Amino acid sequence: MFYAALFTDYMKNYVKTKLTYRADFWVEVLSDLLFQGINLLFITVVFLHTPVLGGWTQAEVLFIYGYFMVPYGIFSCFFNLWGFSERYIVKGELDRVLTRPAHNLAQLILENMDPPALAGSIVGLVIMGSAWHSAGMEFVWYDPFVFVLLTLGSVLIYGGIYLIFTAISFYIDAPTGILPLIWNLQNYGRYPVTIYNRLLTALLTWVLPFAFVGFYPAAYFLDKTNWGAMALLTPAVGAGFAGAGLLFWNYGIRRYRGAGS
Amino acid sequence: MTGAYLELIRMRFLMMLAYRVNYYSGILIYVLNIGAQYFLWKAIYQDNGTLAGLDMTQMTTYVAVSWMARAFYFNNLDREIAGEIKDGSVAIQFIRPYQYLLVKVMQGMGEGIFRLLLFSIPGMIAACLIFPVKLPANPGTWLIFLLMLGMAFLINSQINILTGLFAFFVENNEGMMRMKRVAVDLFSGLIIPVTFFPGWAETLLRLLPFQAITYLPGAVFTGKVTGGSVGGVLGVQLFWFLALLIPIYAMWRRARYRLFVQGG
Repeated sequence: MFYAALFTDYMKNYVKTKLTYRADFWVEVLSDLLFQGINLLFITVVFLHTPVLGGWTQAEVLFIYGYFMVPYGIFSCFFNLWGFSERYIVKGELDRVLTRPAHNLAQLILENMDPPALAGSIVGLVIMGSAWHSAGMEFVWYDPFVFVLLTLGSVLIYGGIYLIFTAISFYIDAPTGILPLIWNLQNYGRYPVTIYNRLLTALLTWVLPFAFVGFYPAAYFLDKTNWGAMALLTPAVGAGFAGAGLLFWNYGIRRYRGAGS
Repeated sequence: MTGAYLELIRMRFLMMLAYRVNYYSGILIYVLNIGAQYFLWKAIYQDNGTLAGLDMTQMTTYVAVSWMARAFYFNNLDREIAGEIKDGSVAIQFIRPYQYLLVKVMQGMGEGIFRLLLFSIPGMIAACLIFPVKLPANPGTWLIFLLMLGMAFLINSQINILTGLFAFFVENNEGMMRMKRVAVDLFSGLIIPVTFFPGWAETLLRLLPFQAITYLPGAVFTGKVTGGSVGGVLGVQLFWFLALLIPIYAMWRRARYRLFVQGG
């Protein structure tokens, strides 16, 4: 209940700031969509040169991409901690957060919420819908429920991975340049892992499980017989990574000593 | 005066050296990126010999060299400039006896040289060992490529400076900086070589400065552009370097009258 009240208050605050910087809100929505548009353009250009990609058609690859956009948008809305080490550790804002009663991570998430990112999720749903139609996929009554479950799992995986990499700043005294690099890798989770070699597939499945935020869960709807079992692991992997991330974070924050100035 | 600017390069280089742990992991992740991109292209090529004027070996080389070139030319000058404008410290820079924008470029250069030595070169060696990359045999090609890489750095920095300076005119240019980042990656040919685009898009991209950052140096390195055409692509880079100086100069002049410090 306490957190629900906090959420509402932060949301009110967010709306107020955005009403001050109105143009910025739209630039943000636009830049998010442009980013997604560029990736879609990539897929379109690729299929100008080949009819299938690792055995998957254009509609199927687009469906995977549409799915990927949904958890990605939710994740970007609630996990906007890119400048964490710079802002909270180097400049010392974490001290302020730590003196308050709510859990530090909850505060950080609420402070940095980025609702325009959800526009991407909506576009993702539209792309999934149209690809569903053009790929001629069948629809079962429980598909929407499975979809919600898988999306939740994917969001948790994202959150877990980025939590771990953000928490590294507690252990290493340097602004981490690793995050943006990892961020490039996530892009490869939205292509069928069937095109990669075994090592890369294993890496994207078990080490940095970005395949679970795009390909595997999407493949559940595309080809249940071959990929269904793998796809249903998504929530479990999500719970595992989110739990590990939280532990790593909580342990790290106890080591935090403040920047000193 | 030149000495002072050179000192800036050295200082930034040493500063980067202090954070080197990041860069060891960086090499690994860049190689992984090249790997993922390599397999993606391999799936696209399947049994096609040549696509859009590049065969698979050239494509592999192109991917490897483009990512490693990016490791060198990439910098966050836009973010640094926007930050200094927003917190007001840029006001101090106006009264100091040096060219603020030149200082930024020099700092970017120091960072770039660091990344080239500790990042691009070891990364390229690793990529050559793992993937079928074919390096050019002609030393002249290497020399021209290095020259083009330098130009790519300058043009990318100019685009970053332009984006950063927008902070003078809009209260928050975060979205614009993000947009610029993806635009540079795609339009420069890092993600797809310019020739893969459909005709109309290729024509459009050739009219923009971005191709001078990744595509043109990559095309020379892979041997797609040879002989007399090399002079032409160098000319394109030089043209954009000079052309971009104009908006930067104009913005910088106007900025002096627009300075409006938020808070602080």
